[in-house]
Amino acid sequence: MHKNQFDAIVVGTGISGGWAAKELCEKGLKTLVLERGRDVKHIVDYEDMKAPWELPHRGRKTQEDIRRSPIQSGVYNFHETSKNFFVNDHDQPYEQVKPFEWARGYQVGGRSLIWGRQCYRRSDVDFEANARDGYGVDWPIRYKDIAPWYDYVESFVGVSGSKEGLPHLPDGNFQPPMPMNCLEKYVAERVKKGFNGERLIIHGRTANLTQQIGTRGPCQYRGKCESGCSYGGYFSSNAATLPAAAATGNMTLRPFSVVSEVLYDKEKRKAIGVRVIDAETLEVFEYYAKVIFLNASTLNTTLILLNSKSDAFPNGLGNGSGQIGHNLMDMPYGMGATGTFEGFKDKFTFGSRPTGIFVPRFRNINEKTKSPHFLRGYTYQGGAGRGRISWADGVGTQLKEKLSEAGAWSMSITAWGEHLPYYDNKVTLDPVKKDKFGMPVLRIDCEFRENEKKLGEDAMNSAAEILEMGGLKNVKTYDRGKIPGSCIHETGTARMGKDPKTSVLNKWNQMHEVPNVFITDGSAMASSSCIPGPSITYMALTARAVDYAVSEMKKGNI
Amino acid sequence: MIGAQAFLDSACTRSNTHKILNSDQIFLLNEIGETIFPETDTPGARAADVGSFMDVIVADCYTPEDQKVFLNGLEKLQDAAKKSFGKDFLKLSPQQREELLTAIDQEHIQYTKNKGQNDPAHYFRMMKELTLAGYFTSEIGATQFNKYNPAPGRYDGCTTEKPWH
Repeated sequence: MHKNQFDAIVVGTGISGGWAAKELCEKGLKTLVLERGRDVKHIVDYEDMKAPWELPHRGRKTQEDIRRSPIQSGVYNFHETSKNFFVNDHDQPYEQVKPFEWARGYQVGGRSLIWGRQCYRRSDVDFEANARDGYGVDWPIRYKDIAPWYDYVESFVGVSGSKEGLPHLPDGNFQPPMPMNCLEKYVAERVKKGFNGERLIIHGRTANLTQQIGTRGPCQYRGKCESGCSYGGYFSSNAATLPAAAATGNMTLRPFSVVSEVLYDKEKRKAIGVRVIDAETLEVFEYYAKVIFLNASTLNTTLILLNSKSDAFPNGLGNGSGQIGHNLMDMPYGMGATGTFEGFKDKFTFGSRPTGIFVPRFRNINEKTKSPHFLRGYTYQGGAGRGRISWADGVGTQLKEKLSEAGAWSMSITAWGEHLPYYDNKVTLDPVKKDKFGMPVLRIDCEFRENEKKLGEDAMNSAAEILEMGGLKNVKTYDRGKIPGSCIHETGTARMGKDPKTSVLNKWNQMHEVPNVFITDGSAMASSSCIPGPSITYMALTARAVDYAVSEMKKGNI
Repeated sequence: MIGAQAFLDSACTRSNTHKILNSDQIFLLNEIGETIFPETDTPGARAADVGSFMDVIVADCYTPEDQKVFLNGLEKLQDAAKKSFGKDFLKLSPQQREELLTAIDQEHIQYTKNKGQNDPAHYFRMMKELTLAGYFTSEIGATQFNKYNPAPGRYDGCTTEKPWH
């Protein structure tokens, strides 16, 4: 056994782990940052500079990709240049008690390399939701607690968007928004007027930079985000937080480090470190620190907690409440509508915009907007565009002529909805099966229920109303039939709350029962909210939690 | 090891660059591709070597079932050429080729309309799809038909300039 002592340990290098590393290092703590996958260096390890004809399969996935990663290869942005940012499914199998798509990126940077980049603040409509309708436990924080931390992280991240003055979708510290195209502007005006301002189409808010920050950005509108971005056009751990952490000289980054458990000292009533399995050699190491941040992403943080069994915590670290692994949420999404537009025939778009338009929530924000059919709400992301006609009957010159014509403008919007926290939606450790590292396999048992179904139906039909009001023709609704997990917003399995009997973390993301362990990834969420882009909330909570943890350390409380 | 052996080695190297199709089939598919998407004031599918593209995609990306449909499709296409014109596809005039593939395209449209959910795609749909995809992702198609811009640097959502030539 090697013994290594640090001030702090961060488990995971994705969106929240990168922030924990940056904040801890900048506050002067010698920090060990553990990542289960390989290293990915900004720019050096990206394939974004290749032209399509330089890719052997011109971007397509191969049968070998599907064999290697049957689940990951179904994720929307799995591509020839991004596939190395997705896990080999055979390395970490899991049991789907009910169908659950678990997208994973095991490398330095985690899923921050392949995330959707949308960034929306949550409001008190979200933080008060559980208290209002009784599902889940009340959030121990309100918007005012997190608002300054949204300000803080947004200015570093670089979020482009427009200020709208909506109480249920707070404005942020934004860079100028990416422009709407002619059809989006036209539809937005008609919708605003037609629904008396109750339904709105606004600019998407995205962590794609319209202004340079240091050496990052601005976005070059190439449409290649999932390949990594050599321009640093979007926020990732690799481009932003990890270089900042490294620049302090306080970070020790250790890739290929699978954390199997958090070590707990019963006498000290504290965690003392972590046990690590080297992913390449399977050798076991122990590392020690005064404070530990778990940012392994929702389900893997849960796995580590449940696997950290001791006399003091026979059911997993800090699991006196029995809530760890429960209340798993994703977001129901994929319900929407699409339509075509007859005008703007002489207009086209230039550049590939990495965001679109956003429709803020308009259901259940107050008494007036209360739905008799379902609780909570939904939002839409979407956009309009126009391309060349891509398929036509026939062959020869006449086919080529047809494919030289522009198609009609079209627009679609797709809903992201709230998933209520149900205790029975859960992950547990398989009692028998283990992965190649000897870690128990997770059993994921999660479903959408009646509320999600009714919310989805309303979202689908309302999408058509919005597009029709916007002046689109041939409006058709759709439901992509997405299963839990596929929104990649899995959250809730180590939730924050006021009461240690019913929650795992306090209002500082600190474990009620283990004061020097902080959890600031998606597992901390007490509700899913219908605001997409949960990452900005994880970032804000992480920076806030580090600030608190370090001040507690200085006071000698940790 | 010069002379004959060097020739054999180079021949082996060349044939090894093919994955599932032989040189004759790749040549034939380039001719089929050119009939589907011919040279006009911009280059056609042959110039973009869609045949070699199909070799890679059919070998690596197609399921074994779809590979079979595709490969049998080459024979079916030749049979159709012989049935209609009494000749191998490669011996047909450009007009005859277009006439033949227009008829097969119609056949594929009918097949696609009536096929069951689990029935495979028609072989000609595969060839047409690969011809177009191969062309538009080739350097020739991307730069000479479309306007290739690796880093646009901005988004203009309301321009009168067409994104292709």
